[in-house]
Amino acid sequence: MATTELCSEEALRFIWGGAIPLQIHLHESEVTTLPPPPPALILGPRIGYLPLLVPLLKPYFSSTLPPGVDTVWFDYKGLPLKWNIPTGVLFDLLCAEPERPWNLTVHFRGHPGETLIPCESEDNVKWSFINALKEAAYVINGNCKNVMNLSQADQFELWQSLMKGNVEAYQRIASRLKLGPIGEDCTLKTGAGQPRQALGEADTAGSSRVGRIPVRLYVRNIIQDLDDFDEATAVDSWDSISYINRPVEIHKHEGHLLTLRTALKALLPEIFDDETMPDNQIFSKEEGCQVTNPSFEDYETPNSLRNVETEEASIISDSVVLSKKPKVKLIRIQGIELDLSIPFFWVVNNLMNPDYFIHICVFTEASPSQVLVR
Amino acid sequence: MSNLEVWDGTISQKDFYVAARTLVERWKQVNPSLPQWTWIPSKSTLMGSSCKEEGYLSLENMFHIDRNEECLIVDSFSEREETDDVATLVHSTSNETHIYDFHIVYSFSYKVPVLYFHGYQSDGQPLSMDEIENDLPPSSSKILRESKWTYMTLGEHPYVRRPWYTLHPCATSDWMKLLLGGTSMKDLDISSYLLSWLSVVGQAIGLRIPLELQQSSNSSSSRRGATKSPTGTEAVEARSGQ
Repeated sequence: MATTELCSEEALRFIWGGAIPLQIHLHESEVTTLPPPPPALILGPRIGYLPLLVPLLKPYFSSTLPPGVDTVWFDYKGLPLKWNIPTGVLFDLLCAEPERPWNLTVHFRGHPGETLIPCESEDNVKWSFINALKEAAYVINGNCKNVMNLSQADQFELWQSLMKGNVEAYQRIASRLKLGPIGEDCTLKTGAGQPRQALGEADTAGSSRVGRIPVRLYVRNIIQDLDDFDEATAVDSWDSISYINRPVEIHKHEGHLLTLRTALKALLPEIFDDETMPDNQIFSKEEGCQVTNPSFEDYETPNSLRNVETEEASIISDSVVLSKKPKVKLIRIQGIELDLSIPFFWVVNNLMNPDYFIHICVFTEASPSQVLVR
Repeated sequence: MSNLEVWDGTISQKDFYVAARTLVERWKQVNPSLPQWTWIPSKSTLMGSSCKEEGYLSLENMFHIDRNEECLIVDSFSEREETDDVATLVHSTSNETHIYDFHIVYSFSYKVPVLYFHGYQSDGQPLSMDEIENDLPPSSSKILRESKWTYMTLGEHPYVRRPWYTLHPCATSDWMKLLLGGTSMKDLDISSYLLSWLSVVGQAIGLRIPLELQQSSNSSSSRRGATKSPTGTEAVEARSGQ
């Protein structure tokens, strides 16, 4: 079936197997014993969510906690972490230069309710995920009936398979949702001879249909004239990260030529302007020569993936950007620094999260003068 | 029902902006003494100049007034010309007074408006989910108990970027389609979309929608019939003219 060509099983397994080594410290204000407990070392699945680690962390730190009621939350260098963002996306976004292990702080008290949605139980995470899945289904099919109509048992199994990282079990149920894969023209492929929707919704049929791809875009501006990400300051507030949650819309005739660049340009026309972004401009000289692959580097990278990542990435463009607009420094999806000329359908089919969203981290860089102008 | 001309209940971002202006104007005509809906343009510079219409509607400082068994009513504490027999105004400044802010945000995923709201006490302390549940009309608090995770949850407000309560929009296009029943694209007065939408959503959260708000809107309002609440579990008669 065509499915195997469009989606790489290998890529899927790498996405599901990707994990961030975490070193989790208990916040000093909650340490009541001496000596303080050593940090916990845990592998956090990229497609997972931080609160799902609580059952591992709680017994580890419980003996030293002050009395009180738990509402667990995490911070990275003082920035409270949004738990509804997958762990891998948080890492890609907040660690411009990957930090291993990733040092996080866990808090069991003093939840900052003004800025963070409280996460009281696994149910919060599960429903945040299911609601994201519903949203993705709506974007793709114009309704979320397939997700709503999942039986309780299937819904339970879908969630359990995500928590356990069981990709086969997940695929078994997810494939019934008919949310992918998309073909080279970026429109949804359905099984041969199979009605695309039993429901016969008018908005999902017809040749004039616009394909929609669920995308969550996180744009972080590095306000520095540095090539060295190590010196990029930590994010001290979520206000400095723009979050754009809107689908990429594709008209059928456009789909075939669609690259990651064209898709991003549709969402961020000001930044992905052709003039300010000639091909390969995203990589600075230093980075262009050493494309790293944070999520996969602990593994043997399969050739198919490596080729896509490194192709053209080392070509260096010397064209000078005179525009005042922020310059795109880096695009990262699933820990991979991507070239913008990659076909968008490949990105969608292979790099999406289990919630059927493509989470894209975009780093932009404004020159110091631009910052002053603001 | 394969006719593509049939409207699917959604609205484009541009039309949302148009409908927002209509709501702002109608509200002002009908409720000159209440807090006003205002359009808050997005501060994001990322989307560029192409999106002047990017933003959301805001109605803030509405006071919650508990009228016994009746639906929760949210009202301004300023004067009203309503002649309800129950006490209308609460001048209390105690911490018991609940104040609500309402925002209507366009969802690009669902292509419909989404209500976000935020409740707090007069000292600024945010209300808990339980307190909010108590303020809701009985029909809504019932739905909330039955479908805790799919009706109303705390979510991140896309512009304010803080936790606000939100009503899930996944069924909105369906009930909007029913509400403006069978309208074909060309007959649809999209500018009245938000007036109709608010007549349903307002009821769900107890925001009193003046009857006049919709009355002078287009002919489609006369076709309005019984419809479903956002979760579809309970029939709600949209407020129609008496």
